[in-house]
Amino acid sequence: MDEKKAALMQRLETEAAELMRQIRAEADIEKKKKLIVKRDSIQRKLTATRNNRRISRETKRDLVAYSFIAPNFIGFAVFTLVPIVFAFLLAFMNWDGSNAISFVGFDNFKRMPTDTFFLAALKNTILYVLGTVPLTMIASLALAIVLNQKIRARGFFRTVAFFPYVASLAAITAVWSMIFHPSKGPVNYILYKVFSVPQDQLPKWFSGSLVLVTLVLFSVWKYMGYYMVIYLAGLQGISAELYEAGSLDGANTWQKFCYITWPQLRSTTFFVVVMLTINCFKVYDIAVMLAGGGDGKLSTSATVLVYYIYQNAFNYWDLGYSSAIAMVLFVMVLIVTLIQFRYEKKLEA
Amino acid sequence: MNGINDNATNKKYKSKRKNEIIGKIFLYAILLLITICMILPFLWMLSASIKSNREVFVMDPFVWIPKQPKWDNYVKIWTKIPLLKFVQNTVVLTIVVTLLQLLTSSFAAYSFAKLDFKHKNKLFLAYIATIAMPWQVYMVPQFIMMRSMGLNDKLLAMICLQAFSAFGVFLMKQFYEGIPNDLCEAARIDGMSEYRIYAKIMLPLSKPALSTLTIFTFVNTWNDYLGPLIYLRTETKKTIQLGLKMFIGQYSAEYGLIMAGSVVSLVPVIIVFLCLQKYFVEGVASTGLKG
Repeated sequence: MDEKKAALMQRLETEAAELMRQIRAEADIEKKKKLIVKRDSIQRKLTATRNNRRISRETKRDLVAYSFIAPNFIGFAVFTLVPIVFAFLLAFMNWDGSNAISFVGFDNFKRMPTDTFFLAALKNTILYVLGTVPLTMIASLALAIVLNQKIRARGFFRTVAFFPYVASLAAITAVWSMIFHPSKGPVNYILYKVFSVPQDQLPKWFSGSLVLVTLVLFSVWKYMGYYMVIYLAGLQGISAELYEAGSLDGANTWQKFCYITWPQLRSTTFFVVVMLTINCFKVYDIAVMLAGGGDGKLSTSATVLVYYIYQNAFNYWDLGYSSAIAMVLFVMVLIVTLIQFRYEKKLEA
Repeated sequence: MNGINDNATNKKYKSKRKNEIIGKIFLYAILLLITICMILPFLWMLSASIKSNREVFVMDPFVWIPKQPKWDNYVKIWTKIPLLKFVQNTVVLTIVVTLLQLLTSSFAAYSFAKLDFKHKNKLFLAYIATIAMPWQVYMVPQFIMMRSMGLNDKLLAMICLQAFSAFGVFLMKQFYEGIPNDLCEAARIDGMSEYRIYAKIMLPLSKPALSTLTIFTFVNTWNDYLGPLIYLRTETKKTIQLGLKMFIGQYSAEYGLIMAGSVVSLVPVIIVFLCLQKYFVEGVASTGLKG
């Protein structure tokens, strides 16, 4: 045992000495730093061996840190990381979930351009994103600016604006489908009575081309309170001195918004737009509950990508195709996120 | 001379005041409008929940509270569908998920924010990379995996699914990074172990972040629809959202009952939100959620 220890110490000592020589000879400061780090770690190992410690302080430190991470990371790795890898592989396979799995290359992707239901889902999802993201952003920013003023009952107004976000979808979509009911709902009743829209021209809010508009309206209503809170947090980070300086220079409210608020909120807006885009691409339950009727089936005018992913997986058991569509969804989210990141970088530069 | 000047400033001041008052009125008018848009559907829900089926759509005249409120809508919903069972399932699921989420995320986040260790950046990258990945992209393989583990049609599957999110770790880490390192260093010099620093110093300081995470997790788990739809097939295992949807499909004509059920499903989230909301904006601000 002792002999072994002596040999190990001998080896470590020569290594350390050798490194020390290299450090002295090295001219590049970056490389020098790396070598120093290496030497330090050997030195520590040496002290640990000399003091008869089984595990070095470093290892102990790592173990403590890992013990903090482990409970979450194990669950995260098993239930999130593994399925993600699985999803990528599955997109190139043909599998019904029980029989033999086979590799089909890009066949699943080749089916897409001729699949009219897929194309409708893709088109509707993109239109929904294009409608919802800017409208929600503008609405939530406006709301945040208003609710950041010194007004009475501010807390009450903020809570009210946040209500639709916490309310469960099944409950509030049930209300919306009643309020916007084509023949019996109060909205169409008002259009008929007050604005004298002829009965046969009353909008059918949940079918045809109008359904996407309803989905966008509903989403803005439901989510603007949430993004308002994020904007509020951003607004509170802007120093009051900037506005004071603006006032001294005679800037009016609109100018203050353009030259102080908006630029200062840039990173907040970036975050809001990224989150909104990701959340809008995964729209499913809003569409099913507002436009799905009793059986929850969506027609081509209201279908969205996630609905088709679900249908292919759990109704047709075409897992490969379902995963391929999921990849399309992922790539779109990824592209949008990357574009926004680059744009943000460019602004910073 | 002086007097005239005073008069002019006075006038200017007065007109400025007038502008301010007009602005205030305008502001409150907008606020009122927004509030009505936000809250009207909920009032309608409450009102319809005590109406008979015929009364719900009567517009001429429209009454908020019918002459004979049908309170028994709130009794019927418990017998028409196994609503109590659904509520129980959802309560268990939501509480377990929220607790696990708070505990494991804050634990892991402490390590990422305040400790130094090997592969720290690589591990954290694994979390970050999945934040932009919608769950819907990998929900199918996840289901297949859970099924092969025998977790299909079990509440446990839903717990595993929602308890370990990258989002929670990210949110808590951002908050912990705002807490000065000196605090931990001082405690270390005093000989506190990392576990005690976490429990005695960090946790008590992180109330805003924990409240924010609680609201998000509670609301998301309570309101989740697609997850339970995929995993929970047996009726006695379903959650309240599935139950409500089932209710709407089955009794699409009984609007009063649907609204009563909806009101019941909203109560817990609203209570949780109202209890924690005073920390909420602060929490969002300090967790760097604003970007």
